[in-house]
Amino acid sequence: MRFELDSDQKDFADALDRLLAGADTATVARAWAAGDHEPGLKLWGRLFDMGVTSLAAEDDGADPVFMTIAFERLGHHAVPGPWVESVAYLGNAGGIWTVAALPHVPYALDADIADQVYAGERRVSEIGELYSSVDRARRLFDVGAPEVAWDTAFDRAVLAVSAQLLGLGERVLADSVAYVKQRRQFGREIGSYQAIKHALADVRIALDFARPLVYGAALGAISPSAAKVAAGDAAYLSSRTGLQVHGAIGYTAELDLSIWITKIRALVSAWGTPAVHRERLLRELG
Amino acid sequence: MDLTLSESELAFQAEAREWLAANVPAEPLPSMDTAEGWRLHQEWEARLAEARWSVVSWPRDYHGREASLVEWVVFEEEYYRAGAPGRVSQNGIFLLAPILFDHGTQEQQDRFLPSMATGEQIWAQCWSEPEAGSDLASLTSTARRDDERGGWVLNGQKTWSSRASFAHWGFGLFRSDPEAERHRGLTYFLFPLDADGVTVRPIAQLDGEVGFAEIFFEDVFVPDSDVLGDPGDGWRVAMSTAGNERGLSLRSPGRFCAAADRLVELYRSAPDPAYAGDVVDAWIKAQAYRLYTWGTVTRLAAGGDLGAAGSVNKVFWSELDIALHETALDLRGPEAELESRWLDGYTFALSGPIYAGTNEVQRNIVAERILGLPREVRG
Repeated sequence: MRFELDSDQKDFADALDRLLAGADTATVARAWAAGDHEPGLKLWGRLFDMGVTSLAAEDDGADPVFMTIAFERLGHHAVPGPWVESVAYLGNAGGIWTVAALPHVPYALDADIADQVYAGERRVSEIGELYSSVDRARRLFDVGAPEVAWDTAFDRAVLAVSAQLLGLGERVLADSVAYVKQRRQFGREIGSYQAIKHALADVRIALDFARPLVYGAALGAISPSAAKVAAGDAAYLSSRTGLQVHGAIGYTAELDLSIWITKIRALVSAWGTPAVHRERLLRELG
Repeated sequence: MDLTLSESELAFQAEAREWLAANVPAEPLPSMDTAEGWRLHQEWEARLAEARWSVVSWPRDYHGREASLVEWVVFEEEYYRAGAPGRVSQNGIFLLAPILFDHGTQEQQDRFLPSMATGEQIWAQCWSEPEAGSDLASLTSTARRDDERGGWVLNGQKTWSSRASFAHWGFGLFRSDPEAERHRGLTYFLFPLDADGVTVRPIAQLDGEVGFAEIFFEDVFVPDSDVLGDPGDGWRVAMSTAGNERGLSLRSPGRFCAAADRLVELYRSAPDPAYAGDVVDAWIKAQAYRLYTWGTVTRLAAGGDLGAAGSVNKVFWSELDIALHETALDLRGPEAELESRWLDGYTFALSGPIYAGTNEVQRNIVAERILGLPREVRG
């Protein structure tokens, strides 16, 4: 019984953090949204070098806990690209793959730049119309997705998205705390007002109790659906609260916070909406 | 990172499960806040103690079995899964005992811990005063030095003292240095509730039962041997109790998991899709609490302390407890208002966000001590 990251796992998280913190991921995400994939593809390559892409590849050292750590860091830094699709769901170690699979994943993320595009299990060469997401770094394509069954690969994708949401939510909280400590109104830091404190405390609490579900799911101790519901709720609370405490500046596209806020909204309903996961859990409970 | 129990922990779990299956009363005991229920709960504590299940983590000399922290949590899970009675000795064994182990003299430990473990002596906590609730440090009950008799003389009033209506002993803070400000000059006292000058007046709670009381002190003599820790050091000593109350000890994960499982059963017996989401959310949060506890245990076992995380914990479980019971009442429809185990649980849960430091105070602690936000300007 040791429900905390061990030193190898912490080192891996720290190494990813150092790499991503130095990569100006907000600029990478903005470029990706504008159709300039160069910086993002370069970053993909550097993460490949660190072994991130093989963390769910069956015959290549798959490790759900390390995968979860990696996706939490990807979320924390809002890294764009079909990471869940390529790495977690398709379990592909090399190259960038993407997929669409009804009913929960109707469009293929970044199909225009992927090396391989799948409609369910079928590889397709033609890609259809581009749809833009609330998260402008999520470029979604119609590829004629068929119905697919919910399998262990789908669960792995759900776990990965949950970890991303956890990282996204943590980052928005950290940025919000930093902001309310320096923003002054009525003669003092707004972070000294109880209304602001309590709202941010609630985010801290929600994230603290989502985390054990995400890592518990990585260890197979609980359904990834529970992790997705809790991480989605916590991240969404973080995004709403973060926007509120930033005030009008938070509502601008110019502030990088917008990248995180919009990604959270997109991922809350990606890979199974909260309602889908709640219904599945209730069914599993017998 | 792993969530598996060792061979010996599994054996411990099996032993606990077996004993509880054979010994837990089939019918829930009457409320511990009635004279009859009190007696039956005390008897239950004696039975637990006889089989060394009342205080598993304590030394053997004090009726324990020196269980590890992991084993303690395992026992708590089994205890509530078995539907065993609430612990009438809770204030003593979970709140006072850790302080006695840390700050008490050998003589105090030998004198108080065994009878606490067997349920023979039940303890009440005496923190709040009419004018000192969330702002506990503003308390005004006094302790006056009596050198002649070698002790202190207590005067004043405590209130909302849980279990005090029937309990034997109390513990609480008194102002021993009238010159000192707020947190300084407080001393931690232990006193029998039938001492000369002590008047206990039971207070009926929301459900009509006398779960707490107010206590009046008129020149109550307490010998030096019943001071816990150093005179004047009471705040520091007491705050380790507060941490225990908010954190791990008061609300075992097993309690919520068992209740969440019963909630799922209730839903199954009469599914109302309008509340399906609430049922699942309660279950998810109970599981989150269980897993979170294993994280806490890991940190504590590595020598860490709970710190302000106890406040994160307290807000979460107290809100979960209410949400879970509200959902059960919703599912019971027009029957919700009728006497039932769910209604009892609901009424009890309503006190959660208030006692042990209101949730507003807890959120301040989370914001200031964990998030590092500026301290509130205090009057």
